[in-house]
Amino acid sequence: MIWVDTLVQGILLGGLYALFAAGLSLVFGIMRVVNLAHGDLIVMAAYLILVLVTALNLSPFVALLLAAPLMFGVGWLLQQMVLNRTVGADVLPPLLVTFGLSVVIQNALLEGFNADSRRIPAGSLEIASFSVGPVTIGVMPALTFATAILVTLALQLIFYRTALGRAFRATSDDPDTASLMGIRPGNIFAVATGLGMVVAAIAALYLGMRANFDPTIGPARLIYAFEAVIIGGMGSLWGTLIGGIVIGVAQTMGAAINPEWQILSGHLAFLVILLVRPRGLFPAGGR
Amino acid sequence: MSTLLETSGLTAFYGDFQALYGVDMTLAEGETLAVIGANGAGKSTLMRSIAGSVRQAPGMIRLNGAPIGHLSADRVNGAGITLVPEGRRLFPSLSVEENLLIGGWRSDRAGPWTLEEVFGLFPVLKERRANPALALSGGQQQMVAIGRALMSNPKVLLCDEISLGLAPVVIRDIYAAVPSILERGASLIIVEQNIEQALGIADRVYCLMEGRVTLEGRPGEISRAAMHDAYFGVQA
Amino acid sequence: MRYRVQTGHGSSWVVALVVLVIVIVFAALPFFGSRSLMQDLFFVFTMLTLAQFWNLLAGYGGLVSVGQQMFVGAGAYGVFAAAILWGINPVAGLAVSALAALVLALVSAVFVFRLNDAYFAIGTWVVAEVARLSFAQWKAVGGGTGTSLPREARRNMWGTEWVEEVTGLRAAAAMDVVSYWLALGLVVATIGGIYWLMRRRTGLALAAMRDNPQAAASVGLDARRIKLAVYVISAVGAGIAGGLIFMQNGRVSPDSAFSVIDWTAYVIFIVVIGGIGTIEGPIIGVIIFFLLQSLLADLGTWYLMVLGFLGILVMLFAPRGLWGLISGRTGFALFPIQRRLKLKERED
Repeated sequence: MIWVDTLVQGILLGGLYALFAAGLSLVFGIMRVVNLAHGDLIVMAAYLILVLVTALNLSPFVALLLAAPLMFGVGWLLQQMVLNRTVGADVLPPLLVTFGLSVVIQNALLEGFNADSRRIPAGSLEIASFSVGPVTIGVMPALTFATAILVTLALQLIFYRTALGRAFRATSDDPDTASLMGIRPGNIFAVATGLGMVVAAIAALYLGMRANFDPTIGPARLIYAFEAVIIGGMGSLWGTLIGGIVIGVAQTMGAAINPEWQILSGHLAFLVILLVRPRGLFPAGGR
Repeated sequence: MSTLLETSGLTAFYGDFQALYGVDMTLAEGETLAVIGANGAGKSTLMRSIAGSVRQAPGMIRLNGAPIGHLSADRVNGAGITLVPEGRRLFPSLSVEENLLIGGWRSDRAGPWTLEEVFGLFPVLKERRANPALALSGGQQQMVAIGRALMSNPKVLLCDEISLGLAPVVIRDIYAAVPSILERGASLIIVEQNIEQALGIADRVYCLMEGRVTLEGRPGEISRAAMHDAYFGVQA
Repeated sequence: MRYRVQTGHGSSWVVALVVLVIVIVFAALPFFGSRSLMQDLFFVFTMLTLAQFWNLLAGYGGLVSVGQQMFVGAGAYGVFAAAILWGINPVAGLAVSALAALVLALVSAVFVFRLNDAYFAIGTWVVAEVARLSFAQWKAVGGGTGTSLPREARRNMWGTEWVEEVTGLRAAAAMDVVSYWLALGLVVATIGGIYWLMRRRTGLALAAMRDNPQAAASVGLDARRIKLAVYVISAVGAGIAGGLIFMQNGRVSPDSAFSVIDWTAYVIFIVVIGGIGTIEGPIIGVIIFFLLQSLLADLGTWYLMVLGFLGILVMLFAPRGLWGLISGRTGFALFPIQRRLKLKERED
């Protein structure tokens, strides 16, 4: 019975990792760049939500409604002013610029908020739980998982059912021809990054409510996100969700054996899958 | 007929390599121009320059007198010039219908061309509308490419080698659509390697060789010999 | 038409002479310089070594790694494990460092070479994290909190006795001298070795592969083998440097040995600001880095923010770094690598 419980907790944890990864997957699917500051941007969003909650006395969910458009703006500006200058054939500039960004964000947060652990207060939600058969499920993890599914669904809808999504796919296929059709690739990239930051804000909400956070935990979130994307297969949003679940389950299973092995188990699961399925579980065909 | 589009002293470089050496060209409203020349003569570069993929000095290209040489491709599209690129360049991730719809991305241009109108022009596309664009035959893909460009309701439609790789029957079908396009108000510049096709359809012809205009005139007024010399050059 | 390929230029010999003099001065430093100067230079030499190897991998090999800390840590633990578990002299333990780095390089290559570009980068970070977490489980060398190098091992370091006799310095200072000389030797061997490698056809092959992999493949270059070789060489170099750094330090822990900031972030900034893809770049970069650190290190987070901003600005507006700006204007190269084709005149 313990294993069923561990499995369920792992799946729910996977929802959180899937949220971390969704923004990364979206942006990579469109622009083929990985933002090494992605994790730090999630942490930054968490601090933003915290500030809104404490300064304006809002509930965290309401604070998210304010934080999301702000984070969209951050992503949009970041892409327009900095990252669009790194677009091109060379892989070094985007990597190195976003790496520098990661260092700047972490240290700016340290300067602004110091190194203490913080948490977004969620009231009774933090400990509420319900039972399904023999398993006790926390409301927070369940909510997180449900949100991960909704976000993935929403991104899929945007990608495949809207004009914007058409533009995303066309620009990703062939930016030159897209511009011949009247699309400004730089603007599309900026919207994509902005959207990725909205997802990051949602992820930040659950990150902050679930556990303590401090300015330095960004890189670890980036690694989990990246592992989820690779496991799921690049180019597949649902695959990223599955990837998050795999990491979550691996971690909780490992922790059940020995708490010190939690993080290591996640990494090992990733390496094993990389070995046997280098293109991931559900790779998008072609490319 | 007023001058719709003109180029003055248009030059273009690929890195250190000069592809165009001061090309002068005019297109009148309602006209159909053909640009012919051997491979590497600079025809595609000319089209891409006009379409904005290759940036120029502002005054080198004028639309209705206004300088547009410096505009990026998406702005040129917005100004009313659309290119059907060489090799079609359809979007692999999009279906036939989606490829057409993306052509109409700039919704600020009003005009006769809608999705239904394009389907009216190329009925076979309506049947295959949900298929991935690259699953279609070469000729059908070319129709999608042309339809996609029409969706932006251009004043000037640039067609770069639309008959390349297609069987004669298919080429005839595609060119049969040209009168409808002209009727709805577009002017046309067609790049063709197939000289017969080009001469058959054009009001005026330009011949390029090694980046320069070597001949210009009406099809009926140019002798075969002159055409041959302009196309291939005269050996020193 | 006869031709020959020329690599140097007229003033190469002058530069070589100057470099030789500088190295001799550095070597003689312990006899007239202060201990703190030696310690500063030790830091400069070891960081420069790490920077050269990262540059070899990224600038020449086209492989951006964010996981060099894995090899530094492996090298560090190599020395410590060798001394603690098998009583091997720390200086000899550097060979264990090299071996440990070699093994980890070969094993990690199986995984990371399945990834490209940005994902390769993060992949190297993941395997470094796995290494860190794994070493933290190794109780014999201190587990998560780490351990110190045994006193006897430190005092018996090869060369310390000789130094004590010749200079009259006490044991602790003599150890610093030995470490200093090892660091000098390492950086000279590193720069010399990389320069030699670049002048051979391997260097040309690397440049070709970086510029256009398909064209390179079409003339028969096996990109995978060359990249693997560069990856392993960089790893071993970083491993030896890591062993030396922590041998001098005297204390190791998983967090310090496998620190991303110390062994990757700083290294990346050094290379980027100095000039990626050149041998001179990291040299300039480490000088700037050292000056910045001396001036700003007290400012902690602000110092890192300044580094981060500088790195971003340089990458956006001067992607070839400071040395790139200089050599771009003057065409000068301290370590000439570019080949020129010299044609003999036709006999008419």
